[in-house]
Amino acid sequence: MPENLLTPESIAGAAYIVAALLFILSLAGLSRHETARAGVGWGIAGMAIALVATVWLTFSEAWGEPSTTLGLGLLIATVLIGGAIGLWRARVVQMTGMPELIALLHSFVGLAAVLVGWNGHLAAPHLEGALLDIHHAEVFIGVFIGGVTFTGSIVAFLKLSARMKSAPLVLPGKNVLNLGALVVFVGLTVWYVNDSQLWLLVVVTLLALALGWHLVASIGGGDMPVVVSMLNSYSGWAAAAAGFLLNNDLLIVTGALVGSSGAYLSYIMCKAMNRSFISVIAGGFGIEAPRKGDEEVGEYREIQAEDAAELLRNASSVVITPGYGMAVAQAQYPVADLTHKLRERGVHVRFGIHPVAGRLPGHMNVLLAEAKVPYDIVEEMDEINDDLGQTSVVLVIGANDTVNPAAAEDPSSPIAGMPVLRVWEAENVIVFKRSMSTGYAGVPNPLFYRDNAQMLFGDAKDRVEDILKAL
Amino acid sequence: MTRIGVVTELGSETRVAATPATVKQLIALGYEVAVEAGAGARSSFPDAAYAAEGASIVSTSEAFASDVVLKVNPPSDAEIAMLRPGATIAGLLSPALRPELLEALSAQGVTAVALDAVPRISRAQSMDVLSSMANIAGYRAVIEAAHEFGRFFTGQVTAAGKVPPAKVLVAGAGVAGLAAIGAASSLGAIVRATDPRPEVADQVKSIGGEYLAVDVDEVMQSSDGYAKATSEAYDRRAAEIYSEQARDVDLIITTALIPGRPAPKLITAADVASMKPGSVIVDMAAGQGGNVAGSVAGERVVTENGVTILGYTDLASRLPAQASQLYGTNLANLIKLLTPAKDGRLAIDFDDIVQRSVTVVRDGEITWPPPPVKVSAAPQAAAVPDAAAAASVGPKPKRTLSKGGRLALIVVGIAALFLVNAVAPPPLPQHFTVLVLSIVVGFYVIGKVHHALHTPLMSVTNAISGIIIVGAIVQITSPEPIVQVLSAIAILIASINIFGGFAVTRRMLGMFARGDQAGR
Repeated sequence: MPENLLTPESIAGAAYIVAALLFILSLAGLSRHETARAGVGWGIAGMAIALVATVWLTFSEAWGEPSTTLGLGLLIATVLIGGAIGLWRARVVQMTGMPELIALLHSFVGLAAVLVGWNGHLAAPHLEGALLDIHHAEVFIGVFIGGVTFTGSIVAFLKLSARMKSAPLVLPGKNVLNLGALVVFVGLTVWYVNDSQLWLLVVVTLLALALGWHLVASIGGGDMPVVVSMLNSYSGWAAAAAGFLLNNDLLIVTGALVGSSGAYLSYIMCKAMNRSFISVIAGGFGIEAPRKGDEEVGEYREIQAEDAAELLRNASSVVITPGYGMAVAQAQYPVADLTHKLRERGVHVRFGIHPVAGRLPGHMNVLLAEAKVPYDIVEEMDEINDDLGQTSVVLVIGANDTVNPAAAEDPSSPIAGMPVLRVWEAENVIVFKRSMSTGYAGVPNPLFYRDNAQMLFGDAKDRVEDILKAL
Repeated sequence: MTRIGVVTELGSETRVAATPATVKQLIALGYEVAVEAGAGARSSFPDAAYAAEGASIVSTSEAFASDVVLKVNPPSDAEIAMLRPGATIAGLLSPALRPELLEALSAQGVTAVALDAVPRISRAQSMDVLSSMANIAGYRAVIEAAHEFGRFFTGQVTAAGKVPPAKVLVAGAGVAGLAAIGAASSLGAIVRATDPRPEVADQVKSIGGEYLAVDVDEVMQSSDGYAKATSEAYDRRAAEIYSEQARDVDLIITTALIPGRPAPKLITAADVASMKPGSVIVDMAAGQGGNVAGSVAGERVVTENGVTILGYTDLASRLPAQASQLYGTNLANLIKLLTPAKDGRLAIDFDDIVQRSVTVVRDGEITWPPPPVKVSAAPQAAAVPDAAAAASVGPKPKRTLSKGGRLALIVVGIAALFLVNAVAPPPLPQHFTVLVLSIVVGFYVIGKVHHALHTPLMSVTNAISGIIIVGAIVQITSPEPIVQVLSAIAILIASINIFGGFAVTRRMLGMFARGDQAGR
């Protein structure tokens, strides 16, 4: 029976397994530099196979009906338009704008999941009994997760692109609000399973949108790296929920892959920031009562670019610890030039990257890579921390909280216990900073008042260029 | 004008409280300086050198009649009697050990400044004479030991045979201990060190020694920068270590001191007896009772089995020029602190923690001991709960599950999954199987992600999560127009995500380059 052996379903099923395998290879490849490019290739191949198989399966089944032709037209038009927009954005985005772009892309997945869920309600398949109840529950869950992802990502995008105040929103009883939303959601699900009214779906959509907004709005901008990673995980779960709804294993596999790897990535980052993982998923973990009154006030010393150049010239080893400030000032190119110059002079230059430097995991690595800093001199916090004591000069460029000695030494500090780069152990520390204001976490930094620390005020890019000139 | 008098030390003391260089500093602060004739002779500072810096050379009684008298050792009764009432005397007064000295000074109606009472805070480091002296003493202890020791420190392979390197054990890695470790290792010896404070392990390593940890479940946190007394279990294990080491090493230098108490006995008579003939022990704590059984303060003792025990208490004085220079500089820094206006007028500010601590007698009134100063890099145990509270400000209090709790949670989770699958109609169980396996795969597949690849990884997973497009494609052939429209929107945004995500990842990865490729 050849027609039973090679039906569209069986071919699509086989294609889905291949695609799922390719996605796994893609993620595995992305774990290492050597295989990263190949990993992207696997991912693209997997996506192409999945799309072709789905399109073929869908249209071969419904061929001939009037809606099919329209659907095909819509499909081709939308994929072309969407693909063009996507490629265009990817081409023009500044590397410093990467966090915003990724957050925005997450929101698309969330919105798509909401729409798919709605369609699940509007074009309900003919099911009976328990299966129908399960279908209803799946619609509800899918819409809920998608909604939370959508608005959560939008807020993250707004915060990252500074269109929204980055300070955490503190509503009275915010934990009660979050928990209450979950309880209401469960209640509504039960109701909807018993009586699938459209207005219930509208209510749950609004509820999910509000919850997503509130969850991320109550997290401060400084914790956005974890938030973006967490939203990545959420978007995966949204896809997995859609897979349950549509009886589609590929969606489940892929969604679960993305969901669990995103969650694991968030977990790694939480550990780096000494935060509780549960609190992060629950949202609003970034709240820190700003401390006033007992701020450590001391005298700081200012240094000029020429003197800084002199210090660097006589240094045997230099460690550069960049932060978000370097991204803001677009200082990565002059920093790379500086690195190059110093290395030519035989100075041992390395970079120390805090796991949460910047606004996105690995943000600094991307920027430095863009400026062609060789990646084998870019080291992780744990790799470099023990060497900082033997370092002649540390350049702190636009980093603040990640080099704050209070985290290690002041048990009452809001960031106490967070692992930080121990730059203060170096012989000399030069801090590039606009002014003496506090960092993102709003915590005063006693580093600036240390005997071995000197401040170089002004725009990081201009100052690094000044140093280059002086060299 | 306030006159500072620098007097000659009594007895065998070779140090002097001011050098020509520090006299210059004192004069710059607005003081007039009178140096007793011959005060610096034993430190190789002739009177002419002081005179050249502007000091007047005077007799003993004239020097003691100054407004401020600078000394090294505590003054004798005869010297106290020569002080003018209302004058100030500065020196090493060991206020905790010698209350009778404080009484005598108080009876004379003077102000006494004890340099050995400088608190151990960073601001006061420039006046910390104990550290300066301990540094010198630690170095000298090694030199004395090398002098007594009949062999090389460093190992050599010569035409006349192989010489093994000397093994040195340093007990106590404070300033003196670290100086001894540094000196001994730079002579080429194998150096091991013990200390009850585990945080010094790195310091020991950094200066060339090997830290012998006493592996007992006890962490000593020092709140004032000095070592404290230890527990019984710790002492027992430490004693074993000392016994093991005594049989092995050639030289032992002990530096263990606990403020305000007799020195702890670390090396027993049996340990000494187990050492090889020709071994040398330097007991730097001999003056405070000694760390070593059989050591005699200020004496060189040779045991029956040929072990030399040096109990010299004047190790710093055996490097007089160096010791005087550091002591004088510390003292000049203290005077500078006490002369805020630089007008040659001593003004002691009791609100300043350093000035409060060093002043042990003020105008005849005993002000020792000062209120305690808390300084240390190690956090205090009492503050830890606060830290935990501060770190866990969030919707749910941070709690760590016990092992049992975690196990129970896992069991409950698996049971729930089991039940759901057992009762759920098909195709739900298959879906759950796929879901669970994918979660596990997703977790392991990125387990060892390189930190630099976090962003590309997230960006690629983001593109992959655009797979939601499959759901929308399946729905777009629906006869309902509204469903078709919604599906079309979903496809549109999902494709932005897919194409954008993959493209941006590729762009990012294109930038990563290893050092040898960076030039391209």
